[in-house]
Amino acid sequence: MINPPTTTSTQGDVTGAGTQTGKGWFYTDTVKDHFFHPKNFMDDEAVYRAQFPDAAVGMVGSPACGDAMKIWIAVDPETRRIKDLKWKTFGCASAIASTSMMSVIVTEGEGKTLEEARALRPQDIMERLGGLPARKVHCSVLGDKALRAAINDWYRKQGETENIEIEHGRVIDPETKVTDHDIEEAVLDGCDTLEKVQAKLKVGIGNPACVPEVENLIRFYKEKYFGA
Amino acid sequence: MTKRLIYLDHASTTPTDPRVVEAMLPYFTETFGNPSSFHSVGMEAKKAVAEARKSIAQRLNAQEDAIIFTGGGTESNTLAIQGIVRAHRAAIAPAKPHVVTSAVEHHAVLEPLLALKKAGEIDLTIVPVDAFGMVSGKEVLAAVTDATILVTIMMANNEIGTIQPIADIGRGLLARRKERKTVYPYLHTDACQAAGFLSLDVEKTHVDLLTLNASKIYGPKGIGLLFVRRGVKVSPIMIGGGQERGIRSGTENVPGIIGFAKAFALVSEEREAESARLTVLRDRLVEGLLAIPKSRLNGHPTERLPNSANVSFLDIEGEAAVLYLDAEGIMASTGSACASTSLDPSHVILATGLSYEAAHGSIRFTLGHATTAEDVERVIAVMPGIVERLRRISPVNLDMKYFEKTTV
Repeated sequence: MINPPTTTSTQGDVTGAGTQTGKGWFYTDTVKDHFFHPKNFMDDEAVYRAQFPDAAVGMVGSPACGDAMKIWIAVDPETRRIKDLKWKTFGCASAIASTSMMSVIVTEGEGKTLEEARALRPQDIMERLGGLPARKVHCSVLGDKALRAAINDWYRKQGETENIEIEHGRVIDPETKVTDHDIEEAVLDGCDTLEKVQAKLKVGIGNPACVPEVENLIRFYKEKYFGA
Repeated sequence: MTKRLIYLDHASTTPTDPRVVEAMLPYFTETFGNPSSFHSVGMEAKKAVAEARKSIAQRLNAQEDAIIFTGGGTESNTLAIQGIVRAHRAAIAPAKPHVVTSAVEHHAVLEPLLALKKAGEIDLTIVPVDAFGMVSGKEVLAAVTDATILVTIMMANNEIGTIQPIADIGRGLLARRKERKTVYPYLHTDACQAAGFLSLDVEKTHVDLLTLNASKIYGPKGIGLLFVRRGVKVSPIMIGGGQERGIRSGTENVPGIIGFAKAFALVSEEREAESARLTVLRDRLVEGLLAIPKSRLNGHPTERLPNSANVSFLDIEGEAAVLYLDAEGIMASTGSACASTSLDPSHVILATGLSYEAAHGSIRFTLGHATTAEDVERVIAVMPGIVERLRRISPVNLDMKYFEKTTV
């Protein structure tokens, strides 16, 4: 026997219309294409390792929170361009499609430089996908974070620790790698409750131990910006 | 050749039986009257509603006036819960009304209860379930206090199909009431999923309130009922013209009621044969799916609805699998968080003690009238490839221990 997890209601309050706005449930044809025919996924790591022995790796998320992504990049040390990007994703259609689209964006043409890749934003991935349902936005955020983790790993392997870019802020949830900065932005975006912040960032879903700290931060930023 | 569409989501909703549609049709354009009107077309409608009510009541072994038609299962559950709490809180004062429920109830039961709790109107005990999703009758009875006015436990679970020991709970509550010389607590059951498969005889289950809807039994959507045992007071949610003994005002949904009665008659007549047929198909489906490595059956191995198979696959996420199945023409559902309106995966599967990891990879197949042995074989043929494909692009490779215990 375990304790029942359902102890709080998320409904029944008076809320304005539009809490479920966004683009609805349906995926664009581009999302479907990348979901059903994923590009550049890591099929055989042994083969890849033989081809790119210096490949760098980044991983974020966890199967407990419903999304996990791992990214391998091969970088030309001269041009600092990403020659190759492979990935594996555990997650829903938008998570798979986002990672697949990201791999295309990063490697198209002569490949993005590490700095260009770092500048890639989740919005850029979503735009190329033709949009994602509102509740699926976090999927593209995770892919973006995995890419930046892989870039840091490459610099680390090169011994260029000065180029490692630590995410602004402090990691609150090691599983989702959500930082206090992410929570600050979520509050600024109007997420004024734990439920809403979790809906956006998934923070603490698979790692409830960090929830009290998340709640403290929400309170802190609400006071800071809205005086409430 | 076009691919046959295989609909295996009957727990979400069933198609309307053509015989039901046929029975309903005259009530849209010919016998369209308002049962409250005194002219002939109104009287005809009133008579038809009365006959439908009688037909349903007989099959529930209930009095006709115990049947309150509503707008569906969710309304019936809210009416039962709010209605009992608000009609009886004065009787229990100064104690605060207490309600006992289970961890695996449908949201249409849990959410109204949690809302009442949040508003300070009730105290609530949520009784846990075992690894098969079954509540213990003993634990339910042990949770009852002198302030308990309502126990609400579903008859069978919508996600994992586990059948709850309602009759045991009913008998236990009867004994307690007799011993303590009180009418409380009342017993409510949500029988929406059970209706096509289990006997709903209210004298055998000893329930005081029972929720039923038409859209799970090949009837139309938007019509349900609440059985309210004679003598049990329920406060209305909607007030107005005083229809349905003042418990549910609003002009009767006459075609819906006619269709509901027809659908209930049909599933009741076909219940035993259909249950036997689907049990064979379900067991074959489960056997075939469990041949896939790193899979597990969710719910009770035997005490489960004949049409329900819920299986978790490690290392893959349910929504992705459901969409790949859909592309093959197979319609199923998932308890994954990604496919629901909440963030957590299914509260039902989590309540059975399964890890978040494994809950995200749960797929539910619910069979129905149209399901054939060929359909089941097709799922069994297609599913291993889908799981394998998704595992190939998944960075996760979990140990089977994730099926054993909650890891968080």
